[in-house]
Amino acid sequence: MPITYTSREQVEVYRFNTAAAILIPLIAVFLQAFIPLRLHFFSIFDLPLLVVIFFSLARRSQISGMLTGAAVGLLQDSLTHQPIGIYGIAMTVVGHGASSLGVKLDVENAGSRFLVTLFFYVVHEVIYFAVARGLVGLTLQWSWTHELGSALANAIIAVPLFALLDKFKQRA
Amino acid sequence: MESVLGRYRNLTILVGILFLQVLGLAIQVKRSSENESSRLIRVWAVNAVTPFEKGIVWVQHSSGSLWHNYFYLRGVRQENRDLRQQIQQMEIDRVRLSEDANQARRLQALLGFKEQFIAKTVAAQVIGSSGSEQSRSVYIDKGTNSGLKPDMAVITGDGVVGKILRVFQSTSQVLLVNDQTSGVGAILEKSRLQGILRGTPAGEIVLEKVMSDQPVQPGDKVLTSGGDQIFPKGLPVGTVTKISTGSELFLNIHVKPAADLNRLEEVLVITQQEEREPVASETTAPLRAADILAERLPKVPPKPVVDPGKPSPATGTATPGAKPATGPSTQPQAAKPVGGNPAKVVNTSAPKHNPAVTPASENTSKPATQQQTSSHAANDAAASPPSTTAAPQPEPPANQPPALQDTPH
Repeated sequence: MPITYTSREQVEVYRFNTAAAILIPLIAVFLQAFIPLRLHFFSIFDLPLLVVIFFSLARRSQISGMLTGAAVGLLQDSLTHQPIGIYGIAMTVVGHGASSLGVKLDVENAGSRFLVTLFFYVVHEVIYFAVARGLVGLTLQWSWTHELGSALANAIIAVPLFALLDKFKQRA
Repeated sequence: MESVLGRYRNLTILVGILFLQVLGLAIQVKRSSENESSRLIRVWAVNAVTPFEKGIVWVQHSSGSLWHNYFYLRGVRQENRDLRQQIQQMEIDRVRLSEDANQARRLQALLGFKEQFIAKTVAAQVIGSSGSEQSRSVYIDKGTNSGLKPDMAVITGDGVVGKILRVFQSTSQVLLVNDQTSGVGAILEKSRLQGILRGTPAGEIVLEKVMSDQPVQPGDKVLTSGGDQIFPKGLPVGTVTKISTGSELFLNIHVKPAADLNRLEEVLVITQQEEREPVASETTAPLRAADILAERLPKVPPKPVVDPGKPSPATGTATPGAKPATGPSTQPQAAKPVGGNPAKVVNTSAPKHNPAVTPASENTSKPATQQQTSSHAANDAAASPPSTTAAPQPEPPANQPPALQDTPH
């Protein structure tokens, strides 16, 4: 069993079968596009981002995290009417960061998952806004209240969602 | 060098992936035809996601239809009755309005105006959204297969929704009016002030380019002006909610959209618009409220031709060419006035206590419009020549419909 050794403890590396690795992000993007039509408040959640964080933390591979983030981000970009790549860049960084953090920390318990999600949500939004404003020239409004509220909501929902997705994990 | 790259392999890959994406973004931003440069990726993404959305919407719609059309029919009869009454009321209103419209057409024809008409629409179902708060767009289940093209207007019964942005084979992306990149030519209904309606990053709608010295009140209706060449003129857009002073002598007018953009289910895509000069008089004889009322009343069938050689209808054998009187018909009868004189019909078709008359026509607490129409009909009757005014006729038997048959004088 491949085990990544850190200075403090050894952490296990997980993998996912191909169907789960493809379908889970697809379903997340689909739900993100579909549910807000019926439940408008759902647009505060970012399921694709949560899935990227989960995969990156579980795989603990930076390359894998980056590629997952880039693929999901570009898919999300393709459904918007804006130039493709804004979500892609933000998700790539999040995937890299989450997998780097996953190597160093125990991210199996609910508390650390909550905090990691909270942190990476804010990171994602900051990068998204920077790219959208700086590179694309979009006019976006930054509201700390809204962003922190969204981050909190996503962190809360991440705990049960990650527990559900744990069922698809396989030991590498 | 190799050892450096090997040591920072992950970082190098990260930079490489980011660089590629930034490059892609730069190309898209620089190119004016952004649609084409990234079309393939969008087609793949849309084809990957929309089939699921279509499937779920179909299942949801089918199960809903099954339940509402076959099982849950409580109150349908009452609703049907109410709707019939409403239709009658609206018919009367329509006649009144059509007279106004005719007058407006005549005036427009005099001034040489051109009217825009919605000639053809395609109904579509909303199947998904962009999934991003920064991109306010939705997907509908109709595409090039249904003849949709970019820049076609999308509306609901309540008002303007947006315009088609991208068209795929069986789906299309609709840019909503509250997106910050959208713009709609708009006009205030009362003051006729024109402006440009834009979305804000927060998803609100603001009417811009209205001078700050202009009188605008909260509650004013906003309509499309037709100046953008996408939306036909006169479609409802929304209502003014808040007015504040904006930059450079312009007002910042917040508008609440008429269509509920957060709960879109079915929309209409305007696929064809016609522009034509109004005709002064489109109908040779204007239809009047009295005619409509008369058409709704039952009619006595024509007298059967009595053939002495054959037994009478009372014996159970039908006379050829004559229909037996089976009571009031539910279908609108052709009780139109002869010779364009409806006054006679008004007089004969106004039984005060005829059970065959629908409740709407008996309702004494009618809205003003109906009462006006009735008084209008009465005036017409008074203005008619005496020779054509029907003489008082005996009341028909209680179980028989009133005599509405037009007899030539």
